[in-house]
Amino acid sequence: MSPRGDAAGEGLSAHPSNVPLAIHDLTVAYHRKPVIWDVDLNIPEGKLVGIVGPNGAGKSTLIKACLDLIPKTSGEVAIYGKSYRSQRRMVGYVPQRESVDWDFPVSALDVVAMGTYRQLGWFKPVGRKQREAAMEALDQVGIAHLAKRQIRQLSGGQQQRVFLARALAQDARVYFMDEPFAAVDAATEEAIVRLLQALNERGKTCLVVHHDLATVSSYFDWLVLLNMRVVASGPTRETFTAANLEKTYGGQLNLIDDAVRALRNATD
Amino acid sequence: MRRIDPIRCGCLFALCLIVPALAASGSAEGGAGFHWLDVPLLRNQNTRWVVLSTALLGVASGIIGSFLLLRKRSLMGDALSHATLPGIGIAFGLMVAMGGEGKWLPGLLLGATISGVIGLLVMLAIQRTTRLRDDVSMGLVLSVFFGLGVAVLGVVQRLPNAAGLEDFIYGKPASIVEADFVMTQWLAAVVAVLAVVLFKEFKLLCFDDGFAASQGWPVLALDILLLGMVTAVTVIGLQSVGLILIIAFLITPPAAARFWTNDLLVMMVLSGVIGGISGWLGSAVSALAPRLPAGAVIVVVAAVIFLLSMFLAPRRGVLGRWLRHRRLRRKIGRQHVLRGAYEILEAGHAVPDNRPFSRRELAEKRTWTSRGLERILRRERRTGHLEMLPGSRLRLTEEGFGEAARITRNHRLWEMYLVTHADIAPSHVDRDADMVEHVLEADLVQRLETALRADGVWVPQPRSPHRI
Repeated sequence: MSPRGDAAGEGLSAHPSNVPLAIHDLTVAYHRKPVIWDVDLNIPEGKLVGIVGPNGAGKSTLIKACLDLIPKTSGEVAIYGKSYRSQRRMVGYVPQRESVDWDFPVSALDVVAMGTYRQLGWFKPVGRKQREAAMEALDQVGIAHLAKRQIRQLSGGQQQRVFLARALAQDARVYFMDEPFAAVDAATEEAIVRLLQALNERGKTCLVVHHDLATVSSYFDWLVLLNMRVVASGPTRETFTAANLEKTYGGQLNLIDDAVRALRNATD
Repeated sequence: MRRIDPIRCGCLFALCLIVPALAASGSAEGGAGFHWLDVPLLRNQNTRWVVLSTALLGVASGIIGSFLLLRKRSLMGDALSHATLPGIGIAFGLMVAMGGEGKWLPGLLLGATISGVIGLLVMLAIQRTTRLRDDVSMGLVLSVFFGLGVAVLGVVQRLPNAAGLEDFIYGKPASIVEADFVMTQWLAAVVAVLAVVLFKEFKLLCFDDGFAASQGWPVLALDILLLGMVTAVTVIGLQSVGLILIIAFLITPPAAARFWTNDLLVMMVLSGVIGGISGWLGSAVSALAPRLPAGAVIVVVAAVIFLLSMFLAPRRGVLGRWLRHRRLRRKIGRQHVLRGAYEILEAGHAVPDNRPFSRRELAEKRTWTSRGLERILRRERRTGHLEMLPGSRLRLTEEGFGEAARITRNHRLWEMYLVTHADIAPSHVDRDADMVEHVLEADLVQRLETALRADGVWVPQPRSPHRI
């Protein structure tokens, strides 16, 4: 697809073009109820970034808002200094595994080849070049031998790897991954970690929504703690502290929960 | 994945446009007498256009229905078709009011299209602005618009020349003339070509719209195009199949095709073929038996194809799955019996020898019903694994003994592997091992052996890690 010119707003020009992701004052609300508030973020290039926070903290929402998949209530997002719209070819996306119907009549290779559709453009069918790129991506996640399988016949971990391979086939500079580690087997978890490190070595930036606090410090060198607002963002060594976790998961969360519950009781 | 080049696309286009026309003209000289075969073979002047149009409509709806089904929007098509009725009545009334003839088909179909689209928009508006579930909004639009349509028809039917408007509800293919056929032909050609040209785009849309949007594909525009084609098929189908049954034309062929294949392209083509056959057979039968409305016969033909697919399709079909399940169940039963026997022979003997044992000993090995056990034993005797001796005693044959040793070995290998590699407590191993070992293939057994040998836990016939 031909990018439709530079649609960057005025505020975005302030963002330097070597920053893979800059978010300014982002607020997203569903049905007038804010899910993320006033998020400000600057992610440096070449980092493995973990996005961590409790359920309902808005982690997926943050990613989806960055990718223009849901409307922003206010604020701006810049990918390498420009709006997402004009920088799509630099971005790879791994949605949550449950977001699609795995009984769909396609093979693993078909799904991975979808990553090449944008470069391919309108009307042109998938050709040998795209198939080879898809095979290579499948090989990188270690399931090239399953290329012909219908996706239903894959295990959960293998399905997750298919999604990762599809993002690889996009050949992007910055990757957004929504819970790639959710409910996968140990072998897949290992394969994903290896893949993240390989991407990291090639200078790519990866933003990964993550749930497991135990593995945060070994997987990621940059951490974003999110609970509706950004509690902390920075190198994992400095950010992953008891005080920050307390702020993200503890104390105040209960207060908000109570407030919401009280509100619901009052309005029902 | 297959290459879809413009040449192929052109061929498909030509197929939809030229072949039916050739078939029609080539077989025009049918002779004087009437023969029932003339109808399906298109040799009958009166019914040729009817049969051809309906068959082509089936092709078009089968193709586009595949995407509709996979986009999980099938019922939206139903709401849409019901919502066309008020438009037909209103268009008729307007045309009469303007001094026209009233039953001018293109005008009626335009009215149908407009009110169908309005129905869709109302449905989307309800879904976007309220928290009602999607099925509620579809049901609302479907019933309210249909009711409205019946009311409008009631009013305009008092106007002159209104007889026959209600034919749009159940369809009346006999009214199809050559001009209608040409229209259907173009519709089928356009739908086929769009489905081929935009195959990759529609595939992505139906599989993962979020990813499609992230790549910058215009999801909304593609959805509108898809629903636009569905609208076109519905409106054209009003005349022959009618608005109530057109949905069967959109759902049944792709649902039947899905049973036979795991490849979207094959499914789409197959669905078009099934739709075409249903339309062709259905309209031919209905033309021969005028009491049978075409829409109903078409639905019945499509349903028969669907049922056959559901039962007979090798991989996804009910029968195939049942047979596979039964085979596995029998295999598991057989392995349990043989292993049980081996464990009996093994108890208290350094080297198990093949001696007779009692049924009771075997029955105590597992909780199985006596009838179930008896059935497995009889089957094992037939396959030559087992002999039944007098006095309710049993003995393995030489072949059965070898098989029992092999099965027991696989079971123990797997148990060992679980204990050493998967960190499962020995007391829990038996059940887990039971489930997997029955599907162990030679190659996997070999890998197990290698893994265990590397750990130094290898034994020629591994001992059971738990008390038997």
